[in-house]
Amino acid sequence: MAVQFHRPHALIDTPTHYCPGCPHGIVHRLVAESIDELGVEGKTVGIAPVGCSVTAYNYFNCDMIQAPHGRAPAVATGVKRALPDSLVFSYQGDGDLIAIGTAEAVHSATRGENITIIFINNAIYGMTGGQMAPTSLPGQVTQTTPYGRDVHYSGYPIRVCELLSTLDGVALAQRVTIDTVPHVREAKKAIKKAFEYQLAGKGFTIVEVVSSCPTNWGLSPVDALQWLRDNMLPYYPLGVYKDIGEEAAK
Amino acid sequence: MSERVLMKGNEALAEAAIRAGCRHFFGYPITPQTELAAYMAKKMPKIGGVYLQAESEVAAVNMVQGAAAAGARAMTSTSSPGISLKTEGISYMAGADVPCLIVNVQRGGPGLGGIQPSQADYWQATRALGHGDFHVLVFAPSTIQEMVDLVALAFDKADQYRMPAMILADGMLGQMMEPVELRDMGDVQLPEKPWAACGHQNKRKHNIINSLYLQASELERLVKERFARYETIKAEEQRAERYLCDDAEIVVVAFGATSRVVKAAVKEARAQGIKAGCLRPITLWPFPVDAMREAAKTAKHFLTVEMNMGQMVDDVKLSIDCSRPVSFFGHTGGVIPEPGEVLAQIQKIAGGKE
Repeated sequence: MAVQFHRPHALIDTPTHYCPGCPHGIVHRLVAESIDELGVEGKTVGIAPVGCSVTAYNYFNCDMIQAPHGRAPAVATGVKRALPDSLVFSYQGDGDLIAIGTAEAVHSATRGENITIIFINNAIYGMTGGQMAPTSLPGQVTQTTPYGRDVHYSGYPIRVCELLSTLDGVALAQRVTIDTVPHVREAKKAIKKAFEYQLAGKGFTIVEVVSSCPTNWGLSPVDALQWLRDNMLPYYPLGVYKDIGEEAAK
Repeated sequence: MSERVLMKGNEALAEAAIRAGCRHFFGYPITPQTELAAYMAKKMPKIGGVYLQAESEVAAVNMVQGAAAAGARAMTSTSSPGISLKTEGISYMAGADVPCLIVNVQRGGPGLGGIQPSQADYWQATRALGHGDFHVLVFAPSTIQEMVDLVALAFDKADQYRMPAMILADGMLGQMMEPVELRDMGDVQLPEKPWAACGHQNKRKHNIINSLYLQASELERLVKERFARYETIKAEEQRAERYLCDDAEIVVVAFGATSRVVKAAVKEARAQGIKAGCLRPITLWPFPVDAMREAAKTAKHFLTVEMNMGQMVDDVKLSIDCSRPVSFFGHTGGVIPEPGEVLAQIQKIAGGKE
């Protein structure tokens, strides 16, 4: 009987430390499937961030580097400049990417650095126990906004794809989510496309995955996805924010 | 083949790094190391190398981390305030055993300080290049020629021991011009780096470059392994220059550009019949403890001369277990000690007034 479904080779056969219902596992799998389908595991270098996915280096079968908080795009830049033919991706959360790592994210994008950022936006710091993230929604209750995020006091959330899509170095900026099977399939397509663009030397690519955090949102996995649909998606609309097209060479 | 040219220190250092096989430089502008990066910007594109101006010192050091983790001979250069920003990346590289070269062309501090030569980052270089238990190899040249020669050595030792290395220069060495002999090193063969994260090519298990160990016992085991390596380095890599030290009763300890002033003072003291010598640490970590102890056999008094408020003086005292009096004389950044001032200190000690 033909095998219809199997673990991607680029994903190591090991239990992960992620909480029940956490979408990291889904996104890891989509990254690994894309690496498999493109046949590039042997020339891929992944950059793990600081945050919940800090130990992603234990889950991917490709070579991996663990970066300081927010610096993954700079580390990825160093790798890519040393190994221009490799596939280099960073895997970063919202605090890592657009709070402490804002400069590295924006400047790697504007340089048109030929790397891919997989950005997990779940509007909270997960690893440290649920503090306000740069993408926490107005009014969102977190450990450090116990009365809800007051935008007049703590400022407004950052919409990353919208921000980066203004930069000339960006080849692809797309926001996806993983709440339904069709959305997961769309996310997979975006990630694979970003990798294809990178392999073709088209420039900087980012796929933002609007995600949930059942543990720190204080919801069941199913309720968390409903909360995501009701609250996250209106503020962070899905879509392609920039795509230079498959023809445009860098 | 080698060539003798008149060069500015910063540019000579850059050329030496290129000749030592460095093809990846990541920097951020700061005085007084500017010419180093500018030289790289001019040269690297012509030889297939990478010069990249980062958005900050923080990004630059992490680009070095990425390139070095991928197996490249990578470096960055900056001056004092920039090193403070780079310490995060240096700590991570030390913790992940990633070799690289960091250049500090020191200027005055603290804070924005000044842009004149200084040696006030001695403590930082030898004690605190980031959080955690670790050391970095620190080389302190005193001439442009020595700076050129130490660059290749620093890269090689960094690779050998899998750790960051630093050239601790200062604004004087960076900015001055001297005749320098540049050796043609040919195509430098870099050592194999089987640990590098450069893509496994489907031929080996995946490599991980990482400094995170959540099991405390595992973290301790790895730090202890690293410290065992440090013991080897302390035994094998101490470097110092002895100038008129054989029978010296007053041993003046100075590193970097300051040692040149000290040598002039020592020479004059000798002419006056005072048995003075200059002991110059070339490696600041590992500190040349053996040379200090050797000098203590004849020395009745040690004097350190530094362009800071007295930092290396502690290491001299520790090296000889405070078995001799150790005095300090110095100025802060930009106020370069003069031979006459140092001579006066030597005379004071010789006259029993110190």
